Amino acid sequence: MSYSACPACAVAPSAQDIAQSQVALQGDILLSLPTVHCAGCISAVERKLTSMPGVTSARVNLSLKRVAVATKTALSIEDLIAALAAVGYPAHELDSTALSVGAADKAARSILFRLGISGFAMMNVMLLSVAIWSGAEAATRDMFHWISAAIALPVITWAAQPFFQNAWTALRTGHLNMDVPISLAILLAGGMSLFEVLNGGEHAYFDAALSLTFFLLAGRYLDQRTRRAARSAAEELTALEVPRVVQLTPDGEVVVPLSGIAVGDTVLVRPGARIPVDGVVSKGESEVDRALLTGETLPVAIATGTIVSAGEVNLTGPFELTVHAAGRDSSLARMADLVTIAEGAKNRYSSLADRAAQIYAPGVHLLAFFAFIGWLYASGGDVRLALNIAVAVLIITCPCALGLAVPAVVTAASGNLFRKGLLVKNATALERLAEIDCVVFDKTGTLTDGDVVPGTLDGLTPEHQSLALALASQSDHPLAQALTKALNTLGVAPVMLTDISEAPGKGVEAKHLGHRVALGRAEWLGATAGDSTATWLQVDDGTVIQIPFSDHLRPDAIDTISALQSSGLPVVLLSGDNTTAVKSAALELGISDWHAQMRPEDKAQKLSELSEAGHKVLMVGDGLNDTVALAVAHVSVSPASALDAARVASDIVLLGNRLGAISDARAIARSARKRILENFAIAAGYNAIAIPVALLGFASPLAAALAMSTSSISVSLNALRLRSAGQGDKK
Amino acid sequence: MNVLAWLIPVSLFLGGLGLVGFVWTLRSSQYEDPDGDSQRILSDDWDDQPRP
Repeated sequence: MSYSACPACAVAPSAQDIAQSQVALQGDILLSLPTVHCAGCISAVERKLTSMPGVTSARVNLSLKRVAVATKTALSIEDLIAALAAVGYPAHELDSTALSVGAADKAARSILFRLGISGFAMMNVMLLSVAIWSGAEAATRDMFHWISAAIALPVITWAAQPFFQNAWTALRTGHLNMDVPISLAILLAGGMSLFEVLNGGEHAYFDAALSLTFFLLAGRYLDQRTRRAARSAAEELTALEVPRVVQLTPDGEVVVPLSGIAVGDTVLVRPGARIPVDGVVSKGESEVDRALLTGETLPVAIATGTIVSAGEVNLTGPFELTVHAAGRDSSLARMADLVTIAEGAKNRYSSLADRAAQIYAPGVHLLAFFAFIGWLYASGGDVRLALNIAVAVLIITCPCALGLAVPAVVTAASGNLFRKGLLVKNATALERLAEIDCVVFDKTGTLTDGDVVPGTLDGLTPEHQSLALALASQSDHPLAQALTKALNTLGVAPVMLTDISEAPGKGVEAKHLGHRVALGRAEWLGATAGDSTATWLQVDDGTVIQIPFSDHLRPDAIDTISALQSSGLPVVLLSGDNTTAVKSAALELGISDWHAQMRPEDKAQKLSELSEAGHKVLMVGDGLNDTVALAVAHVSVSPASALDAARVASDIVLLGNRLGAISDARAIARSARKRILENFAIAAGYNAIAIPVALLGFASPLAAALAMSTSSISVSLNALRLRSAGQGDKK
Repeated sequence: MNVLAWLIPVSLFLGGLGLVGFVWTLRSSQYEDPDGDSQRILSDDWDDQPRP
């Protein structure tokens, strides 16, 4: 897939496009609406949008869960999003250029067009063929053959082009793929039939050539549709992140796209924003969250002179940054290079269909060739008869069912997984997922949901709790907000404070009844910090009390891990966080094999060791520090909240908040693999009956048409059984 | 069997009409949102007057 070839390239251009587009737009605006699902939603959204001044029309696309809004005056996207939020539909801005809507639509339309034309031609030629099969003779038969030829030949030449192109590409590089026997069969059937018609022959295979084209195009169409849905959803995730940078120039603050930043520029990073470039802090103090880069949950204090990297999140105070690496030189891009190398290794995986084609294609060609030689010898040199039989063998054995076997199953399975909240990005991901025998998890952001919760609040007296709430509610720091939330649920009432001030990177202080009270970092309050996440409260009499925090596990993390373990998969935890935090999480989750303080290279190294030991590893991770490991793993999953580089590197994206979908996915992938193999068996079974018939020279166009249709239809029906698989059971 | 001389062109013409119809549906984007179209028929938004 070109999408995963280079994560940085795949993400960067779209990001730039978005950054360059202005906030107020005139013309078409695309918004993503993840929650629309019914007729009521459609009319509610459209009514709300069309009632807004400046909107000329709004149309919801339920299949893609989007709305296209046409505006006649410049309208801010924020207003539209706010209006939709007011009627209960969260919306996200999408960039229409980043989504490459045009190209994907064109490709889908082109295949559908070819499919429609070949279907029309197939029906008409079949109709004429029925007359021939039921005994039309002499002039009538010739006329019917000529009409069939007039319909079939131009349609084949045009509609089967995708196969010809693929076959040609494969042959030029010295490979054989499924399209080579397909193209050969279609071309030979067309050519041979034309020759027969010119000589007033009895058998013409125009109907077979057309139905081959039709069934195979149907397979292509399914394939294309699945990937389009997956790609558009994956691109939506990318488009959600809009990198604009606040640059400080002598004339003041300017908002510029990320690509406009050069080494030596000064950039302002506000609290809550992600650091866009690598650099050195030149002014200001704050704390940064490095969870996505290193897996550490503990915020790190920064001051003038500290080196920070792109991807970290600024927590407390604004600071200025002197850029020392941007674009291709930044740590983000270097990570992307590592991913590209790892991806190269993964792309060598050959899918079931490829492996089948490698056995199948030469086998079919040899069989047809021997039929030709054998009949040439047996008939004493009748080239025309021998060629006729060879072509019949090629047509009967043509991998029509094989061409449908994989796409039909993958379409059904991906649709099923999508309803469960999993987005399959890579065509072979399902097959690889079915083979796994070991699962590796990242901790921060994957098993935990990135939030922290205060450990025990029993150490605080009610007065201290009120004081802590009053101080914590004054800060946007994640620890303070978590504390506020926890104390509010306990029903604590805050005390009145005066002279409140926040010291960026340190904490909040205030006066309570004339005494200094404060909430913040240990060093700032004169205490010694432990190695676990905590904040410190200084109360009226000057004592400093520790308030410990722990990671908040995702609601179903424990269930998921135990489900995976009970199905016989060893589970490993690799984290970049400190030993204490990882140990307590591993204990709670029941994972005995855990490793803390892993750098990104260590994680990748560990995964390579596992795969060298013969394991097929599923990696689940979300951070930049997991990116290389995700790319190295046999198959990888990342949550939708992950950093875009991690999402690009992974094969499957978890859309909901449910980790349990992973064990569902494995079950569905395994049954999908089983169906694919069953389909191959069905196709092989038909061939086992049809090949001897064709070799003996009894294959008529009627037999070919029957064999082809029945095998294609039974293969598709078998695939459809997956649509509702796993719907009944819980896990 | 002379009737065939008429029937075959007639059947091809009718088939061709169907083909033109298909091309028209394709050109006018009727395969873009199959899920939405199946739901829209349930909506009574523009039942009393045509959409402006």
